[in-house]
Amino acid sequence: MTSQSVVRPGANAAQSYDAGLSGPEPANLGDILERVLDKGIVIAGDIRVNLLDIELLTVKLRLIVASVQTARELGVNWWESDPWLTAGGDGDVRELREENRRLQERVAELEDGMVEAGQDEDER
Amino acid sequence: MAPHGTGTWVYAVASAIPRDALADVAGVGGNSVRALEAGGLAAAVETVSLEDFGEQPLREHLEDLDWLDKTARLHHQVVGVVAGHGPVVPMRLALVFRDDDGVARMLAERRGDFAASLERVTARVEWGVKVYALPERRAEPKHEVEAGSQSPGLAYLNRRRAELAKRDAEVQADVAAAEQVHAELQALAAAAQLRPPQHPRLAGRSERNILNGAYLVDVERADEFAAAVRRLAARYGDLRVELTGPWPPYSFAAAPELAAMTGGLDDAR
Repeated sequence: MTSQSVVRPGANAAQSYDAGLSGPEPANLGDILERVLDKGIVIAGDIRVNLLDIELLTVKLRLIVASVQTARELGVNWWESDPWLTAGGDGDVRELREENRRLQERVAELEDGMVEAGQDEDER
Repeated sequence: MAPHGTGTWVYAVASAIPRDALADVAGVGGNSVRALEAGGLAAAVETVSLEDFGEQPLREHLEDLDWLDKTARLHHQVVGVVAGHGPVVPMRLALVFRDDDGVARMLAERRGDFAASLERVTARVEWGVKVYALPERRAEPKHEVEAGSQSPGLAYLNRRRAELAKRDAEVQADVAAAEQVHAELQALAAAAQLRPPQHPRLAGRSERNILNGAYLVDVERADEFAAAVRRLAARYGDLRVELTGPWPPYSFAAAPELAAMTGGLDDAR
């Protein structure tokens, strides 16, 4: 489909490029949800609704999201642990790397300590 | 709020929607999807029963994954149909007005925003690119145990440390690759947006999603963009690169004010 000169949005398909081309797959639910439910299924945050005099009944969509249980069912609980969630900017990546590096060092230190303290530790 | 009567569900806004475009389209509420014109714009709408689409019932439905799946796909499908006829501003799921008049007022009052949005996405589509780190490489066991001289405990710890260092290096390499992929694709796009990586369960895959980007690309550069994705995939053999689309410009069409209206959590980009 990408080779057509006219690209018509709507008929979505996924193409994977790893070891060559695999066939198109239907858009997964996650791809659709993160688009139709605002920008990404971002959780957290309350719902500010300021509609002037326009009477909207249901902008409260984040509810899906506000509902932790549903979010977990969807497997979208990464906000609990994923530092990318907060924006995914370069700064975050760098921080993540830095933190990673510090943690690795700390682990190494601790392991060195363990080695010295218990040379004949049993294997598992 | 008593769930009586009907409301008007909005799918998308466009400059115009051809008369027959929506004739055979299935709507979320089982009613006909139609074009509502106001303020020099047209919205694809459907009259829905508040018994199902009122605030409280919706709340409950949204907790139901099957309902959500079906409804999201129907909504998306209608948006896609409208997008097939010209530039479109997709509405988010479950935007329900009390009646057609409310929609008409919204169109009239926000005409400027919509016009700007429509202009921004004219002759452009959204592509999704996700990059996954392949799990196989992670599992590859390759620790030459310098056996003999070391105690089993020490050997274990050394092995463990080597594994950690290796994993760390791989994660860093993945992050760097993801950044590079994004940078090169962004250069071909009119606009780009990073989303949080998808959880493996949501994506139905076991691989770790390390980049989840959306790119607004000129229609005439579609081939070029796809070729770039292929080239990047070939360059990074340890990663799997997935291209989805073309999508209606969900990630780029929202007028700022509309985004603010619905709370716009991360519209800063």
